[in-house]
Amino acid sequence: MIAAPAMLSSVLAAGPLDAQAAPELRWAGLALLLPLLSGVLCLLCGWMKVRSKLPAALTIAALGGAFAIILRLQGVVGETPVVVNLFDWISWTWGDGSRFHGFTANVDLYIDRLTVFWMLFVTGLGTLIALYASEYMESDVGKGYTRFFGAVSIFLFAMGCLVMGGNLVMLYLGWEGVGLASYLLIGYYFTKPEAVAAAKKAFIVNRIGDLGLALALFLTWQCYGTVEYAALWKAIEAAPASSEWTAQAIPWLLMLGAFGKSAQLPLYVWLPDAMEGPTPVSALIHAATMVTAGVYLIARMFPLFVVNPDALVAVAWVGGLTALLAATIGMAQYDMKRIWAYSTISQLGYMFLGLGVGTTFGASYHVFTHAFFKALLFLTAGAVMHGFAGQLDIRKLSGLLKVPGFRLVSLLAVLGCFWLAAFPFTAAFFSKDEILVSAFTAKDERVHLLGWIGLVVAALTAYYTFRVGFRVFFGPVKYEPGDEHHGHDDHGHGHDAGHDHGSHGHHGAFHPHGPRWAIRVPLVLIAVGAILAGWPSYRTMLDHDAPNWVRSQVAHSSAFAGAGDAAHAPHDGHAHDGAASGDAHGAHHLVLGMDAHTAVGRLGSLACIAGILVSLYLHLINRGAADALRRALMGSMATRWIVVGAERKWLVDEFYDWVIRLPLKVVANILSAIDELLLDAGIVNGLGGLPAAVGRLFRPLYGGVVQGYAVTMAGGVALVAAWVIWIWLRGAL
Amino acid sequence: MNPIDPQLPPGDPLVMLGLLASAILFAIGIVGFLSRRNMITMFLCTELMFQGAGLAMISYGRQHMDLSGQVFVIFILTVAAAEAALALGLVVLLYRRKETLSAEAWKELAES
Repeated sequence: MIAAPAMLSSVLAAGPLDAQAAPELRWAGLALLLPLLSGVLCLLCGWMKVRSKLPAALTIAALGGAFAIILRLQGVVGETPVVVNLFDWISWTWGDGSRFHGFTANVDLYIDRLTVFWMLFVTGLGTLIALYASEYMESDVGKGYTRFFGAVSIFLFAMGCLVMGGNLVMLYLGWEGVGLASYLLIGYYFTKPEAVAAAKKAFIVNRIGDLGLALALFLTWQCYGTVEYAALWKAIEAAPASSEWTAQAIPWLLMLGAFGKSAQLPLYVWLPDAMEGPTPVSALIHAATMVTAGVYLIARMFPLFVVNPDALVAVAWVGGLTALLAATIGMAQYDMKRIWAYSTISQLGYMFLGLGVGTTFGASYHVFTHAFFKALLFLTAGAVMHGFAGQLDIRKLSGLLKVPGFRLVSLLAVLGCFWLAAFPFTAAFFSKDEILVSAFTAKDERVHLLGWIGLVVAALTAYYTFRVGFRVFFGPVKYEPGDEHHGHDDHGHGHDAGHDHGSHGHHGAFHPHGPRWAIRVPLVLIAVGAILAGWPSYRTMLDHDAPNWVRSQVAHSSAFAGAGDAAHAPHDGHAHDGAASGDAHGAHHLVLGMDAHTAVGRLGSLACIAGILVSLYLHLINRGAADALRRALMGSMATRWIVVGAERKWLVDEFYDWVIRLPLKVVANILSAIDELLLDAGIVNGLGGLPAAVGRLFRPLYGGVVQGYAVTMAGGVALVAAWVIWIWLRGAL
Repeated sequence: MNPIDPQLPPGDPLVMLGLLASAILFAIGIVGFLSRRNMITMFLCTELMFQGAGLAMISYGRQHMDLSGQVFVIFILTVAAAEAALALGLVVLLYRRKETLSAEAWKELAES
């Protein structure tokens, strides 16, 4: 296995752009600016009321261009990070201008292999999903079409800013930008109250996480005197194990931000509701790319986590428990998109588990494989939804493999199911394997139990994945259309001459319409991507000396810095080797009497196949048995809670309602009453009433009779005169 | 006595006469203004008060051996002439509206 240098020193050499060494790097900024450009052009399209598919074409072209640039960069980025300065932005100094006497945050790009790795699938999937959306959203041409693609462009720009930014300020701006884009796109159908509520929920829950990120940013400056990555690594290298409370607090705050964006306990509740957005958005933002920002944040900031092993254990446990909780909820839902949403939360839990046990490689690898198969699953769900008038209920769809026009979609969806279930020798199997092996072999014994939890979740994942797979795509052909006949919503039905079936206008006979090329092509390409995502591992399997591509991408970045000290014992004199390759290290730990790697591979396969077999029986061979099982569980009070709990999402939303929303509402009402009664009615209106009252006192004097005014005036003059005379008399006497 | 302010001794008969006349004029004006409702009469009464005030200025001017009072009065007369034309014009307009010269007729212009 390759022994990647896991020391900070590999990233310490980060220097400014050397144009001679790699002229391509000068184009890196374009990968960021192209989506911005298409966003601006979409704005113009909206302003000029363009009623064609032009915005989609612009967005696809810009994202494709960005992808091409990233692809080119992938070949030239070396082992040392490069800082590309786009323009100077913030640069303040005070005092003598030394460390802690200045603040610099320029618009820099920090290009290392991790950046390029992340941008590769972000822009690649972004392009394909934009192409998919160009057909999926076509019922909105002339309505929300421009808005949709404008928001997608903004999202890609912000995501680029987040991933490629050279300092925490850029990352924060990108972080907020993707949050904004997510809000805009979840609330795309803004006439639908649930969509608006979901958008607000996502935004508000993310705010809580963003608070953590903002505080972490402040403390990073407070503690290290810089927020620029390149300088930050140097500062950490100079003072590696800071015990100051600030240094200890930063990982916890970063974690909060990551948990918000990546939908982990306790902030995961926004993601299932975010499925109210159009399906391409669910695929791109809420499954493949944006929600991995939290994983990126922790991977990128790994040197800051290393100083705090407790924080890493917390990350691991939160990830593991989220994976378990979301999997149990996913088992009992009936809405296909929601099941995939819970599976996303669950898989993100795996990634955090991987980060927590120190395998940033495993986590990044899982992000990579997950991005493809989850996008594939969402997009096939979207194609089904598009064709069946918004139907997503897995009880009302069956046997789609045999429905004309849906054979390819169904085939790809089943393929995605195998990948999500981590079937042996699929890409996800390898990446999940990496994480679980690291969990079993971690130095810190507090995380070993998570390996077993991960295996249980693997079985549950296989079960609920194929619950959808077997119900919807296999079995007898039977379907009911959804209720979106009138097409203000995102499926668009019977309005376009290009559909497979011409006679849509009449009700009664429902004909599902299969997708056309703009949906089929991205689906096939993403499926190919999902298969090829396993290539790094296949190659390593064939040739044990061949380096794993993902590992070498991650190894030469801050994500690997100090990983050895965090989770694995620095022993045998090759601490860094051990960190870099979990496999080499795994040999030191035994699980069930076997070497950890073999054991996890076997147990994982077993869990997956067991889950699939249970699912096969309950949801294909004997579908009545599933209902009977549910009834049996409901019948006994001892087991009833399992069904009700899982179906009602363990009442977490209700719990938050009672514990957080209700007290806040009570306090808000009290404050509102104080405001209305004391401040508004008492002070503001009281002060306002004072002049009026004084006015009422004098109003009788101004009755409209001129003589009345004259008497008042003369009386006043007389009083003044009398006073003057009195003074004079007194002075004279 | 202030050397730069040459003054007649107090009790100069001409000054006293002037001040007395001005007081009488002013009093007649006020009483007339308050007791009558006819707008032209009321206007004439204000003119009386005007002239009373002017006469007082001239008288004090003489007391102080200063021409400023008289200069003022010349100005006041000019302004009063213009103002008289204006005021009578207004009265004519008001009369055309209500066919009466009574100030009572315009009560509705009051604030309340």
